[in-house]
Parts: sequence; structure tokens; C-alpha cells
Amino acid sequence: MISISEQLLAEIRAHGVRDYPYECCGLMLGQFEADAKIVSETYPISNAREESAKRNRFLITPEELMRGEKYARSKQLEVVGFYHSHPDSPAIPSRYDLEHAWPTYSYIIVSTSAERAGDLYSWEQEADRSRFNQEAIKS
Amino acid sequence: MSVTITIPAPLRQFASGQSQIVVDAKTAGEALDLLTSTHSALRRHLFNDQNTLRNFVNVYLNDEDIRHASGPDTPVKDGDTIMIVPSIAGGAVIESEVGQSLPELSNEEILRYSRHLIMPEVGMQGQRRLKAASVLMIGTGGLGAPVGMYLAAAGVGRIGIVDFDVVEESNLQRQIIHGTKDLGRRKIESARDRLRDINPHIEIETHETRLTSQNAMRLFRNYDIIVDGTDNFPTRYLVNDACVLSGKPNVYGSIFRFEGQASVFWAEKGACYRCLYPEPPPPGLVPSCAEGGVLGVLPGIVGAIQANETIKIILGAEDLLINRLLLFDAWQMKFREFKLRKDPKCPVCGEQPAIKELIDYEEFCGVAAHQTPQPDSKLEEISAIELNAKRLRGEKIQIIDVREPHEFEIARIPGTRLIPLGHVVSRMNEIDPEVETIVHCKGGVRSAKAIEALKRAGYSGRLINLKGGITAWSEDVDPRVAKY
Repeated sequence: MISISEQLLAEIRAHGVRDYPYECCGLMLGQFEADAKIVSETYPISNAREESAKRNRFLITPEELMRGEKYARSKQLEVVGFYHSHPDSPAIPSRYDLEHAWPTYSYIIVSTSAERAGDLYSWEQEADRSRFNQEAIKS
Repeated sequence: MSVTITIPAPLRQFASGQSQIVVDAKTAGEALDLLTSTHSALRRHLFNDQNTLRNFVNVYLNDEDIRHASGPDTPVKDGDTIMIVPSIAGGAVIESEVGQSLPELSNEEILRYSRHLIMPEVGMQGQRRLKAASVLMIGTGGLGAPVGMYLAAAGVGRIGIVDFDVVEESNLQRQIIHGTKDLGRRKIESARDRLRDINPHIEIETHETRLTSQNAMRLFRNYDIIVDGTDNFPTRYLVNDACVLSGKPNVYGSIFRFEGQASVFWAEKGACYRCLYPEPPPPGLVPSCAEGGVLGVLPGIVGAIQANETIKIILGAEDLLINRLLLFDAWQMKFREFKLRKDPKCPVCGEQPAIKELIDYEEFCGVAAHQTPQPDSKLEEISAIELNAKRLRGEKIQIIDVREPHEFEIARIPGTRLIPLGHVVSRMNEIDPEVETIVHCKGGVRSAKAIEALKRAGYSGRLINLKGGITAWSEDVDPRVAKY
């Protein structure tokens, strides 16, 4: 389960619409608890680099992630997951997403169009990497 | 060496909840192996089924990505720290691009391409991209042979070949896609059979035609990448312009004697052929391989470079031969490289292009004009059969052979005198102006030039060009004279 405030969810949706038709992405900072992740802050990563994303298929480089982690540590937080948008596509992870994920992290996907953000779901990878399970969002 | 590995938060559950684990190892790879042998549940999250690091998993040794050092073999020192950091991938573009449109590989294909698949730079995604890709090869000659064979072997899903020639004996010294059994066959058929034999999993499309301004755009439309394996300037400019106009990369190669060139002309990303050579050389200045010769292995090397760059384009590699002209000298065994720059005034890919559709390239290169004799030059010609008749009648004539000495050694017309083209003017006094003179070379082009040069230098005697040169002599008069 992931616990994230309506306000932070609204920020993620707004980021997705702002970056449309490109994908937006960002980190979610908070705490790992026994059965849930508590998000207390989002950390948007600018992504006006569709070309490079297409080529590398990576939205967040390890350097950016390390910067984000450093920032998180300074606030006694951890990176608990990531969010990204699927412009004009459903908020469902692809097989490619599955091959490039780790368990425990939350992966929030929001479907976007030019006008609005659509569905928003959170996904968590099964420990044996076989699939993503939809994860309850508590706000 | 005692090394501390920091376990990323989401993976701690697979490492008994620890955030740091100390191991004793000599290299970064060994450290990870030790870590994952103790905590086996971790391994699948770091390594793929081929036992290489998953491509989104990055390993930092004291803040340096080991991919930038020696990879898993990067040595470690006492007290070093290793961090494991993912890159985050995802997105809808990726989903539609990778998840759905790329073809799957069969088990036979996976086995066939295994040496590709185990490299993260190719991997399953890259191999599927190769399968989804289409490449059009212009020509199945010296360059086209290795290009086609390597692209087929690499699993490029659809290969188109354009050629109109038949396989001749003199091709086989370098055009290794064809064999002795193929002599007289159409090159596209011979090439198709060879490529099918190399890889039955790919599609081969044959286009038996000369590439022209009329058909180029239509042919190029159906392919992702064009590979130029032509041997003449009109077609080279045609390929370039059609690539610029259709937005396709042009993988260029050319060869002459011992020297080769290669580049990737891709107007969207860099210079095109016209940025490098805005105008063709004057006709006749640059001899063809048929006239000047070519080391058989040279097109093998240059063509393999073209195949390499084509595969890299498909895989999305970074360091392509864009804005780079590679020069290779097989005799000195040296590679050199020139930087190219896109010309903003380029007539086809510049800011205000003058060429918006394909033009007449024969005319542009002055080939058509060159082949029709100029009205005032009045080149007198004779056929091999007439020349033979003249000799049989015992007419007093002299025959001057303007080829090179090494050609003279291969074959000669009896009773001729050798004065190579380059010396014909300085040795003009050796040619008796009182006697009718027949001038010949291999095919009739150099001898026509020799006649022109002699006339310009003031030679007063009668000069007649042997049409078709020694080749015609061999065909029409004396087959014992070797053709080359």
C-alpha cells in the first residue's frame, strides 16, 4: 500500500499535463514502513528530452537518482518510488517497465492528454519479477 | 580486499534486511558475485538470465560507474565502497514501441543470435530492433557483398537489393557474395540465394533495375536505411539527394585501388555527401575501379564498416560516422579521420535548398556530354575487325598501346608499342607522323584521351582510336588474348 496525500497526487497529475505530449517523471520521497510506503514529498525531474528517452528508454539517470537520494537523506527521507506519465495511453505498465523495475518501490503511472490527467494507478513488482500488482493508494 | 556494498532500500528485504554488506573480493564483479551467492534472492534483481548486469542496474565503485572503468573486471581496493543504483525507465512511447510493435524472436533465432543477445548493447531489444529493421542496398558488388552478408547474418529483418548486372569472372576477385557457379547469372538472384543460405529467417527483396531519378524515391520509401555501394558519381549523388529528400540515413562507402572512404550521411543529424563534395569531379578525372583497379580485400573492409554503422544505427548507438569521413589506406594500413560539417549553403540539405526534387544526375555529372564526342574533335575510330583486316592486307600502320606496363604484361595485341597515357605527349617523337597510327587501351577511353592530348600537343599525323580497346580485340578477333 502507498499512502500519499491528494495534494501530492494533484501535483503529479499537473506535472503530467504540463509536460504533455512528453512523459513526465519524478521521485517519491518518504518512508518505508512495515506494510506501506508513506510519501511526504515529490521530487519532479524535468523531462523535455523525448529524443533521448526514446533512444535510451531511461527517464531518470542514476546521477539524477543519486542527487534525489542525497536530497532525501538531508531531510531524513528515502526514495520510496517513482512516478511517470503515459501520454495518450493507459496507466498500465508495459513489459518493458517490468524488466526495468525492482520490487518494493512504488511505480505510479498517470495517463495524460493535452487537457487533463486521466487514470492514475500505483504498481508494485512481484518479488519474483514475474508481474506488476496494482497497489492500493491511500490518501 | 574488503569492500562495502550498499544495498538499495527496496532490495534490503532480499539481503536479510541489511543496508550494508562487507565482502572480500578483488574485482567489482567478484564482489557482486559473492554478495549474490550469500543472498541468492538478490541476484535476479541485479542480473539477467544471461548473467550480465541488467541494463538499468548501475554499479558505482567510489562514485565511478564501473561501465566507464573495466566493468565487472574493475579492480577494488581495501575500503572501497560499491553502490547499486537503478536508472528508471518507462513510458507509453516505450510501451507502444517496444512492447507491441517489435517482433518476437523464435527459439531458433535466439540460439542463432546468442552472441549478440548476451551483450547488453544489443540484447533482446536490440535483436528485435534488427529484426524489425529494413535496409536497402544499392549494388551487390564489392561493397554490397560484405554489407549484405553481414546484415543478413546479423538478422536485419528485411534487406532490399538493387542491381541490374550479371556476374562476370572479373567480379569474383572481390565480390564474395557471388561464386564461380553464379557466372552469367543475374547478380540479384545470386546475391539473394547467398543471403538466404546465410539466414533463412530474414526477407530478401530483389529489385532488378538501375537506380534512377524516376524510381529512387519510390524504392527508398519502403526502407529505414540506405547503403550506398555504387561505383559511379551520378548514382552516388542520386542516392545522396534521395536520402536527404526522404529523410533517410545514407551509409556511404567508396573504394579505389588501395584506398577507401566511409561515412554516414544523415542530413537530419549532420553533413550530407554534397556538403562534402558540392560538385562532381570533371568526368574522366577519377578513374573507375575497372580502369584503375582495386585490391580485392579493400571493399571487404570498407563494406564491413558500412555494415557495422548500419547495425549501430538500428541499435541506436551513439558514436556513428556522422560528420566524420573515415579514410583507409590498405597499402599503408592506416586509418585517418576528417571532421565534416554541415554546409548551411548546401544545395540539397542547406537552409535554402535549391534542389527540391531529384534531377538528371548523368547530366549533372557531365557523363552524358562526355560520352558523345564533341563536334569539333572529330575522333576517328576503327573496330577491332577492321583493324585486323587492315593488318591482314599488309597495310603500313603502327599500333600504340597507351595502357600501363602491368596491363601490357597481362595481355597485348601483337606488334604494338607501349607508351603509357601519362608519357604519350613527352614521347610523341617516338610516333612516326608519316604512318597511320592506331591507338588503343583496355576499353577505348584512355586511348581517346591520348589522341586528344597528342592533337593538342601538335602531333601532325593521323590518329585512329580502337573502339572497345583490347577487350574488343579479344572478343572479336583473337580470343587467345586474355580479357581482364
